[in-house]
Amino acid sequence: MEKILFLAHTDTNGNLPKIALETLNAALQITQGLAGSTLTVGLVGENVQAAADQIAACGATKILGVSGADFGMSRYATDVKAAEAIGIAAGATLIIVPGTSRFSRAIPGAAFRLKATIDTHVSGIQFTEGVLQVQRWYYRQRMMATLTRAARPWILVVDSGVFQPWQGAKGSAKVEVVAATITDKEKRTKVTGVEAPSADAQTIRPDAPILLVAGAGWTKKQADGQIHAKKAETLILGFLKNAKASLGSSKSLVDQGSEGEQVLTCMSHLNQVGQTGSTPRHPKGLSTCCHGEEPHVVGWRFINERRAINTDANCGWAQGKADVLYVADAFAVMAKVNELLA
Amino acid sequence: MTTAFHIVVCGSLVPDPLQTLEPIQGPTGPALKNEMMLPSVLDPWAGHSLFEAANLAKQHPGSKVTLISLGPKAKLQQLMMIIAQKVPFELVCLDGSASGFMDSREVAVALAGAIEKIPGLDKTKLLVFGGCSSASRDAGTTMQMIAEQLGVNDVFLAADELKVQPGGSFRILERIEGGQYQVSTCAGAPAVIGWATGNLPEPPNNPQVGMTNMRTIMPALQKAQPAALKTDAIKFASVELPKQQRQTRIVKDTPVEEIAQEIVTWIKG
Repeated sequence: MEKILFLAHTDTNGNLPKIALETLNAALQITQGLAGSTLTVGLVGENVQAAADQIAACGATKILGVSGADFGMSRYATDVKAAEAIGIAAGATLIIVPGTSRFSRAIPGAAFRLKATIDTHVSGIQFTEGVLQVQRWYYRQRMMATLTRAARPWILVVDSGVFQPWQGAKGSAKVEVVAATITDKEKRTKVTGVEAPSADAQTIRPDAPILLVAGAGWTKKQADGQIHAKKAETLILGFLKNAKASLGSSKSLVDQGSEGEQVLTCMSHLNQVGQTGSTPRHPKGLSTCCHGEEPHVVGWRFINERRAINTDANCGWAQGKADVLYVADAFAVMAKVNELLA
Repeated sequence: MTTAFHIVVCGSLVPDPLQTLEPIQGPTGPALKNEMMLPSVLDPWAGHSLFEAANLAKQHPGSKVTLISLGPKAKLQQLMMIIAQKVPFELVCLDGSASGFMDSREVAVALAGAIEKIPGLDKTKLLVFGGCSSASRDAGTTMQMIAEQLGVNDVFLAADELKVQPGGSFRILERIEGGQYQVSTCAGAPAVIGWATGNLPEPPNNPQVGMTNMRTIMPALQKAQPAALKTDAIKFASVELPKQQRQTRIVKDTPVEEIAQEIVTWIKG
């Protein structure tokens, strides 16, 4: 029997982000799977009422909230304080948290203060003989572990895209206010804004149906002995627009900028997929001009259907890493694909 | 007026990403097959943070960089042979497991304890750098737990840029969702920063830097204190390699038009 706390923060509009609703679903599954357990909701934000109303029908026994201007921003010191206060107020033994950038930064600190154990990047749950076990990857998606912990409190930070978002009717929720006093020492950091690329330049789209990955081959000499970086960029951006795709990159391509080679201006380290980049979740992925080396391909762990275009029939993608490998010139194929999609 | 920092970088070794890894059951829990024989590299994100630290120290005279590494002493010695020529630093070595299966809290306690023991540490000048997560455990939790033990309230994760302003405050960019950056200002040190890739290339080898570094690295390795890490916090039911091996269909000697049409049908399907 566990006292389960679902802990989330609001987004800039005061609502719960999609990943929070997914994690709420996980928390509900855990509550149902561990007989006799209770669920409490904890919310952090400038104003948490709208978020509480959004999930009023989720079946939680109570909703706790830390709110105020200091909690409207993503700042470590104030987020840790809020999470700690709610954790103590709830007396939780299991705390289920969405893996947003904000809470991924703050919750490990709160775990330390609450003397809790913590597992992040949770990508699955199961119950074995009444015991909760979680799944997470080690060595950057190269091996998967199923594990449990006896110590409590136990905090689970859940990855996005693992669970379906919770759906339910809005209601009128009663939020119990939890006090968290902030001192000047905790306000040394000020969030001044967000740097976002313009809508046209926004190439990272987590909800896109397909991921296009560009490899270093795009900026290498082509059959005519010349480099065609501009043309490559036009083809890539054309595909992103036509297929509403998200753009990923191999490390070698984004590293070229710092090595003084020709670069694609639409690409930065933020696009990097793989061992030292991201591991996005998309239903489909198309790799172009990338050899499919293992450090890159580990970033494809959560791409369901994979296809690749490469001039080398023996590249890494052919070794059971892609469903289909097209041995062809990506410049020619992508130009035709764009034409057909337009 | 320039601001001098003491930048402590937490970074250790991970298996070379090109190596094939296989989990085995060891006496105290899961481990990697032939772990001690596997070639190692400096954990990539920690490596970026080391290069950022060196760059920051160079811009702010009077600053110094200390690298704290927790790992098997013999393997750390091999690693130092590779990275000593990159940037100037002093080494503090903790002899213990660098396994990804260790609990991050145990690691954080050991690292924070070692930071506290650095002779002459001035916390008002302290910046603790490290990777935003390791390439082994990939938890992204150690830096925050170090901050908590050191009493540091300002923590940043997945940082790509830090610019020190006149007076010692700094502006920092952290990666957030959707390819965006959160921009923050911080009043100044002390702070803990978990770096993503940053913006700097890997520095070329500099034998002179290597010679200077080795004067302190070898004694540090000899003085390495054993890190008593407990291994009972996590109960692993299994650790497995992913089973999925795809049956790759290779399409070659096919007209571009046909390939393009097939891809479009697949995308729309």
